[in-house]
Amino acid sequence: MQLNSGVPAGAIENRWDDHRFDMKLVNPSNKRKFKVIVVGTGLAGASAAATLAELGYKVDAFTFHDSPRRAHSIAAQGGINAAKNYQNDGDSIYRLFYDTVKGGDFRSRESNVYRLAQVSVDIIDQCTAQGVPFARDYGGLLANRSFGGAQVSRTFYARGQTGQQLLLGAYQALAAQISTGKVTLHNRVEMLDLVVKDGRAVGIITRDLLTGEIESHAAHAVVLATGGYSNVYYLSTNAMACNVTAAWRAHRKGAAFANPCFTQIHPTCIPASDEFQSKLTLMSESLRNDGRIWVPKKAGDDRKAADIPEDERDYYLERRYPAFGNLVPRDVASRAAKLEVDAGKGVGPLHNGVYLDFAHAIARDGRDAVVERYSNLFEMYERITGEDPEKMPMRIYPAPHYTMGGLWVDYNLQTTIPGLFALGEANFSDHGANRLGASALMQGLADGYFVIPYTLGNYLAGYLGTDPVSTDDPVFTEARSHVDAQTERFLSIRGSRSVDWFHRELGKIMLDKCGMSRSAEGLNQALAEIPALREEFWSDVRVLGGSQGFNQALERAGRVADFFELAELMCIDALNRNESCGGHFREEYAMEDGEAKRDDEHYQYVAAWEYTGDTAQPQLHKEPLDFDYVHPATRSYK
Amino acid sequence: MKLTLKVWRQAGPQDKGQFETHQLDDISDEMSFLEMLDVLNERLNQQGVEEIAFDHDCREGICGTCSLMINGQPHGPQRGTATCQLHMRKFNDGDTIVIEPWRAKAFPIIRDLVVNRSAFDRIIEAGGYITAPTGSPQDANEILVPKEAADAAMDAAACIGCGACVAACPNGAAQLFTSAKLGHLNLLPQGQPERLKRTEAMVDVMEQYFGSCTNYGECESACPKSISIDFIAQMNRDFASSKLRNRRLQGQR
Repeated sequence: MQLNSGVPAGAIENRWDDHRFDMKLVNPSNKRKFKVIVVGTGLAGASAAATLAELGYKVDAFTFHDSPRRAHSIAAQGGINAAKNYQNDGDSIYRLFYDTVKGGDFRSRESNVYRLAQVSVDIIDQCTAQGVPFARDYGGLLANRSFGGAQVSRTFYARGQTGQQLLLGAYQALAAQISTGKVTLHNRVEMLDLVVKDGRAVGIITRDLLTGEIESHAAHAVVLATGGYSNVYYLSTNAMACNVTAAWRAHRKGAAFANPCFTQIHPTCIPASDEFQSKLTLMSESLRNDGRIWVPKKAGDDRKAADIPEDERDYYLERRYPAFGNLVPRDVASRAAKLEVDAGKGVGPLHNGVYLDFAHAIARDGRDAVVERYSNLFEMYERITGEDPEKMPMRIYPAPHYTMGGLWVDYNLQTTIPGLFALGEANFSDHGANRLGASALMQGLADGYFVIPYTLGNYLAGYLGTDPVSTDDPVFTEARSHVDAQTERFLSIRGSRSVDWFHRELGKIMLDKCGMSRSAEGLNQALAEIPALREEFWSDVRVLGGSQGFNQALERAGRVADFFELAELMCIDALNRNESCGGHFREEYAMEDGEAKRDDEHYQYVAAWEYTGDTAQPQLHKEPLDFDYVHPATRSYK
Repeated sequence: MKLTLKVWRQAGPQDKGQFETHQLDDISDEMSFLEMLDVLNERLNQQGVEEIAFDHDCREGICGTCSLMINGQPHGPQRGTATCQLHMRKFNDGDTIVIEPWRAKAFPIIRDLVVNRSAFDRIIEAGGYITAPTGSPQDANEILVPKEAADAAMDAAACIGCGACVAACPNGAAQLFTSAKLGHLNLLPQGQPERLKRTEAMVDVMEQYFGSCTNYGECESACPKSISIDFIAQMNRDFASSKLRNRRLQGQR
């Protein structure tokens, strides 16, 4: 396997423009001769499918949801970054680029990040034209807020529902194309395998979740926009059905998986309340604009928050990071919270949280101003905990939220399998070892609206005059029989434990040993425990019902089986990376003050793993990273 | 707390359904309603009984997937709250809880508590968008949107497409859903060129699938996002305008 990032030469600000000129085009009347499969209808998938159809391609869009509008992008709360500099506070494309490379702890590809910053401004224009109701000032101009890891206000938002509004914009653009017949939507249909012929992606195998029918779909190219894999931890902020299956099965067919250990633990989530907890709810990072984070100075202080006087509170982020204060990047904020809770200063009935306090903001700006900014978040918090954040501080704790790792892609977003592209959270490219807040929405839409429409044409142009491979071809029948065999295997085990039980147990191992902090010792233990649990899963799982018809347990069994294999790769990757960077914190590699200690000499590379048939022995390929513009330095937010 | 659940079970779209009774006696009031169903499903699995199928995903009240009729109320007793955000502290020890799928002709049952809401997608496809092909727009700040218009549009755009409005309506009407999308797009300057055409097209498709509105107002109180029926009035006004005016002469105004 050769990793060729295909990054264009020249000055960074000209690379994307030059590359767009150099790429091959498909003329308008030929576009309709190409069929493209897009899997996933979140921000990246819906925007890609809609835009490709607008250009004239024939698109088949797949979602396992009942409607494209349910994709988990919808849950993003806080906002979307763009280098508009509407606030006249010193923002620029270069500064967004700089912040993102630095925020990613120098583990992302400079050229990709620069392009992301460049197209960020187009995204806001596009979404506004579609009718996304971004927040406005009284004069009717767009409003901004600030987010972690930045010292400018560049985040556009629609109350606390920015992801929802952006997704609905993309969904509506997709709906318009569905109504013209240029997009065929396959809802409640899940991709279960990628079909490869002569080294090229030629189609997918799916299961119709309503009928159980296994189907073959052929196309000239396959685009995966299937999101991230935080649900490997079982408890995460992801929706219950988020999974790695499409990406993982592509990995098993030859697509390299990059930096799987780079996961983001989001600092502001509602702490778990009991053992039946099924997911963790995120409270937008935007709350850190006005909320102050603190714990009691004394461990085990069980007084109510209001009874703890100012001088007995430790506003630890403001104390340790005076320049950024409560707005330090997510990885820094999460680790700091863990340190306080581990030191016995956790608050709440289970001592598993820290306070996020709005009393000062309410005293300064008035109740109404603060509530208007965060009303839906305050309501959400109250519904879940039964406590009113206007009267007592919120309790928050970090939770798995986003995965920077994903399928390796080149500058064209093509994976190591020609004809297979990966967009959005499903790829690895732009966020390095840590993603800044409000950048996921930006990347999903950048990939879907403004990158893939160009780069896909460049690939397809080479196949003009060819038909998609027939679904009767042996490569399809073989892939189908693998899928059928797996289904039969699940249903025939008839063991003693549910799929969810195994998922929860896997999650505990991962959170404990490959979560916010990792050590060689813990990772080695995990690498012994995971295969053992996986073996138990394959001999003792109980999946009831049949292969035909609607069977939610069967759907989950397939996803959990893939999480087991991914979990092992994450630990292998974390063990390989003998440094701390971004969301990957290895206890052995820390400064004296507890900050992460990066090792640029040995680890300034993308770790892309090739599947070898044995999940314990994946092959490592390194893509060295060059930093010609933003020079690696210790990230300091002090 | 101890609970008695009466849950609707139905093997498939064509099968006959019936209520099944289950006793639960170890439910914590910190649990969400869906976590309570998870516990029941775990128990059924252990007994070798197929789990109850129910739709759910984000579990934070935004994706609109969850859809349960709880004691005859869509999304249960707490106003402005989707099923997934309902917590067991809203119930009492010893309660009997009846759980059903959405009941509406336009939402056929798939299995147990899962229904097919694709008719909503057909309404959006009919015109629930602003035509703005990727790459064509001008700078975002060249479109001034009065804050009041942006706020009102956002109130409507908050719709999560769950279908509670239809389930609550004695007529099975989808006026609140349709008018929420129309309210969102028709209030914004960007939405004006297609305003009347959009309204007519969406209303036409809505009427192919759903019942008629007779102003019960049940939809508003069932809506987990508390969307106002004022938007229905706006939709009706736009629909009437589109019928009354000759758009070719009036330039869509």
